[in-house]
Amino acid sequence: MRLQIKNIRIVDPSQKKDSVGDIFAENGRIVSKLSSSADKVIDGKNKIAVPGLIDVHSHLREPGQEGKETIKTGTRAAAKGGITSVLCMPNTKPAIDNAPTVEFILLKAQKEGIVNVFPVGCVTKSSAGEELSEIGVLKKAGIVAVSDDGSPVSNSQIMRRALEYTKMFKLPVISHSEDKELSKSGVMNESKNSMILGLRGIPKQAEEVMVARDIMLAELTGGYLHIAHVSTAGSVELVRQAKKKGIKVTAETCPHYFTLTDDVVRVYDANTKMNPPLREIKDVEAVKVGLADGTIDCIATDHAPHTAEEKNKEFDLAPFGIIGFETLLSLVLNELVDKKVLSLSGAIEKMTHNPALIFNLEGRGTLKEGAIADITIIDPKYSYEFTKESILSKSKNSPFIGRKFQGGAAITIVNGKIVYTAIRD
Amino acid sequence: MSLNRKDLLGLEHLDKKDLQTVLDSVKPFKSLFTRSVKKAPTLIGKTVVTLFYEPSTRTRTSFEIAAKRLSADVVNIAVNASSVVKGESLIDTGKTLEAMKADYIIIRHSLAGAPDILARNLNASIINAGDGFHEHPTQGLLDLYTMYEKKKKIEGLKVLLVGDILHSRVAKSNIWALTKMGAQVAVAGPPTLMPSKIEELGVKVYYNLDEAIKEADVVNILRIQLERQQENLFPSVHEYVELYQLTKDRLAKAKPNVLIMHPGPMNRGIEISSEVADSPNAVINEQVTNGIAVRMAVLYLLKPNKARKYASSN
Repeated sequence: MRLQIKNIRIVDPSQKKDSVGDIFAENGRIVSKLSSSADKVIDGKNKIAVPGLIDVHSHLREPGQEGKETIKTGTRAAAKGGITSVLCMPNTKPAIDNAPTVEFILLKAQKEGIVNVFPVGCVTKSSAGEELSEIGVLKKAGIVAVSDDGSPVSNSQIMRRALEYTKMFKLPVISHSEDKELSKSGVMNESKNSMILGLRGIPKQAEEVMVARDIMLAELTGGYLHIAHVSTAGSVELVRQAKKKGIKVTAETCPHYFTLTDDVVRVYDANTKMNPPLREIKDVEAVKVGLADGTIDCIATDHAPHTAEEKNKEFDLAPFGIIGFETLLSLVLNELVDKKVLSLSGAIEKMTHNPALIFNLEGRGTLKEGAIADITIIDPKYSYEFTKESILSKSKNSPFIGRKFQGGAAITIVNGKIVYTAIRD
Repeated sequence: MSLNRKDLLGLEHLDKKDLQTVLDSVKPFKSLFTRSVKKAPTLIGKTVVTLFYEPSTRTRTSFEIAAKRLSADVVNIAVNASSVVKGESLIDTGKTLEAMKADYIIIRHSLAGAPDILARNLNASIINAGDGFHEHPTQGLLDLYTMYEKKKKIEGLKVLLVGDILHSRVAKSNIWALTKMGAQVAVAGPPTLMPSKIEELGVKVYYNLDEAIKEADVVNILRIQLERQQENLFPSVHEYVELYQLTKDRLAKAKPNVLIMHPGPMNRGIEISSEVADSPNAVINEQVTNGIAVRMAVLYLLKPNKARKYASSN
């Protein structure tokens, strides 16, 4: 397959490139010119080509919870959102704490998936927080990081060991930063809103004490620490200070943390229930500052599908989490680029080059010659309303349904193949 | 007169005019109580369902009597809370009741927001009879009415709420109603039983009851839930009694005509001493009587099957 994208604005943060030109892909790689004429030519006029987006935090729910999402449906939703690679968290059933499960996911992704799937393994067996999982075996099977996502590694000694042990594999340890005693029974941010609503609050400190602990342990061990879904001003500041001290720490946030506050919980809609919970305006602002000054390296979705039956319940009984693949790019464009929090290149860097560096995804997150031809073509003029009917994910649990966006993915190319084209009138 | 809404989910959503409408409507219903035939035909042919996911004989009976005095047909449904988790969803339960042509659904639920979910999904009038730690609007209204009846005004009254404010839906409804009507509200209790940001509702916070009680025109004592001690929210019942029980000695520091209220059920000897509960200042039984009249007024003022006001009222 020989592909030519003609006359397109190319924004590639890995090369600090922002210019109009052509992109060529042959045999799944970016090349400087094609060996013979193209099989497919894409007109790039008024569009932007960027390296394929990498979402470092998602839940594909397979194996075990196929009612919510599968590798097949999840990767289609990702492709629609312009995402070419996803890291999937290990809280599946069974958990990703054994090589056969890694192999199953990779096989299933190869057979039924349309974007690249990179499994994340458990830090501890069954994510129970008690014994390290066979991280070396998992690495060999294909994991790119470890995390007990959904739960913290509560035992500080085990977290220390994890940060030490993973150093030999250069595997980042992803911290789901939550002090379970402080967040106990909480269902939303502890604030004036939780007080008025009568819902149990989760204080910001439940996140921040664990961010602080894990940074201290990263300092102690020299391990690679990646803080998942940063949601508070305090966490941003902790990461900022840690980076200043030269500690090996990176961080991600999610679109909902720079877009929404806990005011939206006011109608007890469980599509606003997530963990960590939506915070307050000063946190939203701090997350934006953290993105702008480089404290926060990545923007990930934390795509967490749940069925309508599970979400259409009393707020306390509904599970945490929202889907995010199909709104990631538009939220980044509208909330960060249009509002001048980040330049387009700066925003794209956090979904391409930085994730590839942190998780050692060789040949991805860049449009350099020789790189794998994962490419996202953005149509900045595409304006649309995000409707429930348009969602490709198996679950529809999004607080953004009904929101109007401008700008989104037009074409998604994975390994040199077009896997998604937006159908427009 | 009407509240121009189909549901009563919380007093947060009522304005001063709405609250005054309720206050003005209660008296005629209460006067009915002294007649030999204590019934009005107001809701004849209407069906009222009480749907209680949490046991509460007092509130349920009060609603039942109120509805019957308005000539409605009343059905009581007590749901075992455990069946919520394994069984039918709340929305499906509500839809079933609506299919049976319930005009009013009075819901008590241990989880905040359950009435809001029903209101959003049904055309029947939903009345919140207490949801989690959120609100208990008819209790707030009956407390408001009792104060209004006894003190002849609300504006300028100094009302003190004592005890477990954190877990109290009654406190929340009281605060909304009283502050909107111009009363000055204070709360007293240990910091562990005080919700953070409570002062943002315009109330003054005291940890010392002796200090707080001096100024009060009304003291509303909240029930202390003894299981809270297991959660380490206070060290012992003994210590709570020492610090926060409304005793005769403490009452002596208050204004002589201070009104003592309690939403019930009371733990005599814990949050309130028997002497105080039975003192002439206490209006606890009148609150119960007023509860029926207030609930009659609410049933009368709501408009079932009205276009859903839910979205705009929030």
